[in-house]
Amino acid sequence: MRKNQVAVVGAAETTELGVIPNASQLQLHADAALNAIADAGLKLSDIDGFATAVETPQQVCHYLGIKPTWVDGTSVGGCSFMLHVRHAAAAIEAGLCKTVLITHAESGKSMIGKQPRFTAPDSLNGQFEAPYGVYGPPSMFPIPVLRFMKTYGITHEQLAAVAVVQREWAAKNPRAMMKDPITVTDVLNSRMIAYPFRLLQCCLVTDGGGALILTSADRARDFPRKPVYIMGTGESVETPMVSQMETFNSSRAFKTAGPLAFKEAGIKHGDVDHLMIYDAFAHLPLFGLGDLGFMPYEETGKFIADGNTRPGAKLPLNTNGGGLSYMHSGMYGMYALQESVRQMRGIAPAQVPNAKISVCHGVGGMFAASGTIVFTNER
Amino acid sequence: MAEPQRARPKPTPETQHFWDGTKAGELRLQRCDACAHVYFPPRPFCPSCASRKVSVFKASGKGFLYSYVINHRPAAPGFTPPYAIAVVELAEGPRMMSNIIDCAQTPEALELDMKLEVAFQELDDKITLPVFRQAKG
Repeated sequence: MRKNQVAVVGAAETTELGVIPNASQLQLHADAALNAIADAGLKLSDIDGFATAVETPQQVCHYLGIKPTWVDGTSVGGCSFMLHVRHAAAAIEAGLCKTVLITHAESGKSMIGKQPRFTAPDSLNGQFEAPYGVYGPPSMFPIPVLRFMKTYGITHEQLAAVAVVQREWAAKNPRAMMKDPITVTDVLNSRMIAYPFRLLQCCLVTDGGGALILTSADRARDFPRKPVYIMGTGESVETPMVSQMETFNSSRAFKTAGPLAFKEAGIKHGDVDHLMIYDAFAHLPLFGLGDLGFMPYEETGKFIADGNTRPGAKLPLNTNGGGLSYMHSGMYGMYALQESVRQMRGIAPAQVPNAKISVCHGVGGMFAASGTIVFTNER
Repeated sequence: MAEPQRARPKPTPETQHFWDGTKAGELRLQRCDACAHVYFPPRPFCPSCASRKVSVFKASGKGFLYSYVINHRPAAPGFTPPYAIAVVELAEGPRMMSNIIDCAQTPEALELDMKLEVAFQELDDKITLPVFRQAKG
């Protein structure tokens, strides 16, 4: 795909984030969509392309009153929205539609109008993982961690530091759920969830949503907000069964999606001013830093523990506080994208001065899938 | 232990041989007749070269502890926390999720790379689960 041909011209989260007991999941989609449409200065009737995950495009389009000529229901977990951005950019370039709305919402905490997740007993997961006591992401996502730690000499303290540094970022974000400072000792004394991970190394469970609006870069100049260009994109999937990953020393999906996006954008790691790595659990930023090629895996834990990703340091990472401290409704990718867009617009609460290139890397379903978007505010 | 509520696998035509095997006290894998690739989970073709000529064979049941978590909360139905959810690398190459029995469910007892051997845990008259214990000797 050619770089910088498509731009984000509308971006918004739901009016509230956190615990939202007065709205269904579907209404949260609508709330985010209406906020993004207002942000872009558009009308609903301007939207001719639509993408969402978990909920179907027909469900959300009908509820909103959108009549699309292009839809994408790619649903590969929390990074689905990175894939939607990639697909939407291709569709706009191909002339299939002009203005794409991407929505995410999840009543992850209040569970209003949300279908429970179910593993069929005759699925492969149902036959070869569920009988061994996996029960929700905390029991599955961290399964590779001990191998990763042993292979690369990563310590428990370094994995605790991920949560500590992200809390520093969260403290600068008024909408972050958790803002009180924490220490490595606090993390290592928080209650055990799934060894080696404790409560403060696991993402929040919240309600919320977000929406993006994309159009061609040529049209983007006429919109009220500073355009944020899609500079590079990548995607891949590996396996729905965490036990069947090729290796626990890296993620094949990360290693495919990330370099694709860097190559398309034509950037090197030193060009990256701002970085988001979907952090459902504390090990994901380490996998991301290694798999995206920022540094050897052995250095990832020390890099974060030494403060290189904290406010004011050389590689600002997860500047909203991440899934660990900002919010995590279950599919966090949309919130990572929103923070990248805010940083590129120059309006983030914890703004990185003069940031011109933002890399936003997502994971879906226990390393099942990945999507990477490189944004820039310069065409 | 509330064993009856534990998630029960339901075999499909492609996986029936595996579950027939565990019921007979065998851990069965598949090998490609064309490229010799050994793979898991079961399917009637080779995921490496796409050949449909594949054979089922009895695996050694030997392996080592590749990684694990010790789950504290929330616990799956039928499990009493804390319990380890392990991934075992088999001597033949494939990995599978399992539980480690006859072993304290602690980081001290569960050493990565410890040698394991298969054991069989009957859930009901249809399903026997392959689980692992520390290998003797």
